[in-house]
Amino acid sequence: MLDLDLTFFDWEIISRFIAKGFVFSVQLTLIAMAGGIVFGTVLALMRLSGRKSLDVPAAVYVNGMRSIPLVMVILWFYLLIPFLIGRSIGAELSAIITFVAFESAYYSEIMRAGIQSVSRGQVYAAQAVGMSYGQTMRLVVLPQAFRNMLPVLLTQTIILFQDTSLVYAIGAYDLLKGFEQAGKNYGRPIEAYLLAAVVYFVICISLSQMVKRLQTRIAIVR
Amino acid sequence: MTYQWEWQVFLSDDGSGRTYLAWMFSAWGWTLAVSACSWIFALLAGSLIGTLRTVPQRGWQWIGNAWVEVFRNVPLLVQIFLWYHVVPALIPAFKDLPAFVLVVFALGFFTSARIAEQVRAGIQSLSRGQRMAGLALGLTLPKTYRYVILPMAFRIVIPPLTSEAMNIIKNSSVAFAVSVAEMTMFAMQAQEETSRGIEIYLAVTALYIVSAFAVNRLMAGIERRVRVPGYIGGAK
Repeated sequence: MLDLDLTFFDWEIISRFIAKGFVFSVQLTLIAMAGGIVFGTVLALMRLSGRKSLDVPAAVYVNGMRSIPLVMVILWFYLLIPFLIGRSIGAELSAIITFVAFESAYYSEIMRAGIQSVSRGQVYAAQAVGMSYGQTMRLVVLPQAFRNMLPVLLTQTIILFQDTSLVYAIGAYDLLKGFEQAGKNYGRPIEAYLLAAVVYFVICISLSQMVKRLQTRIAIVR
Repeated sequence: MTYQWEWQVFLSDDGSGRTYLAWMFSAWGWTLAVSACSWIFALLAGSLIGTLRTVPQRGWQWIGNAWVEVFRNVPLLVQIFLWYHVVPALIPAFKDLPAFVLVVFALGFFTSARIAEQVRAGIQSLSRGQRMAGLALGLTLPKTYRYVILPMAFRIVIPPLTSEAMNIIKNSSVAFAVSVAEMTMFAMQAQEETSRGIEIYLAVTALYIVSAFAVNRLMAGIERRVRVPGYIGGAK
């Protein structure tokens, strides 16, 4: 039996190794969430537009992204971006672009379900008072869709936060990498991985409890 | 922009006497093997845990819930590292196990939590009357599950299980991190060695899509065969 020594994790390690990774993981999560919801909503509107020229490309994009492993998508972007723009942009920026593009596909499916959950009468009412398509969506449909789907969007964000650890594939410095580096430098890899697991667990379970509470609150109002 | 395709790269030697094509198909085999073994493990464990979460005994429910929360709230990559680096160091019996087996444990446990969640939802979607009727007929609780609840519940959860089965193929790609010779590992190494990343990634991506599609058709076939007439999707 190996004796674990968790005491070596002190503030110095946290500030030197962990903090940097944590900040990047959170940054990546928030940017991918914001970008993913925006582009995902656009994709959802394209799919619901009823116009083939918009629907088909969006469907191909969404289903394509969703049928490829995320690690492969990360590798693809890391390979293609320098190829297309002619220079390397670094693992961190590449990861951010990848996650926005990848998560858009997942958020778009959620937004599509959300938009479809808004009753048709709402759209007719908006049209009846003379609103344009843009106004109908912006002022009537999307706020309701967004609200209905808020718990699902947040749950997807928790999954997204977990998935950010996969930037390991291109060597970006995220939370997991921070723990790994600390473990390597201090010769305590086992403790480092254990602590990483605990930190991810605590963050994700607290977030999912918050989503659960939000869900019940929204349910009462409706 | 014109790109100079060079598909011959697959016929070149990888330095050990086999072609990259042969290597890729061997890697595909590893991807499928990891996925299939983890799937069987996850299905067994997930069904058991999912069922436990619906029994009347509080203690079993608690164990089931804790299981799901633990395996759902830690990233898969971290779980793979735990099985690969931490478990063998803490438990001597795991010391000599190959990476393949450890990854199967990791992916199996990870997926079992998701399957447990689907199975629980499936069981709870049945009307309470089914359970009561079983018990009223004098069946014991295990027999009620065996003959009344589970046969219906499993049919209900086939569609979500289909997407889990497709997910497991995608998730097996994370095994690259502990050097299991599966397709993503192949893609990374072959890209580095040949610098023909686009051709290699395209081929690997296509194989992932083919695999997921095959699983989808297989599950759809199962779904058709076990249909119960008179229920949604049945009676055709």
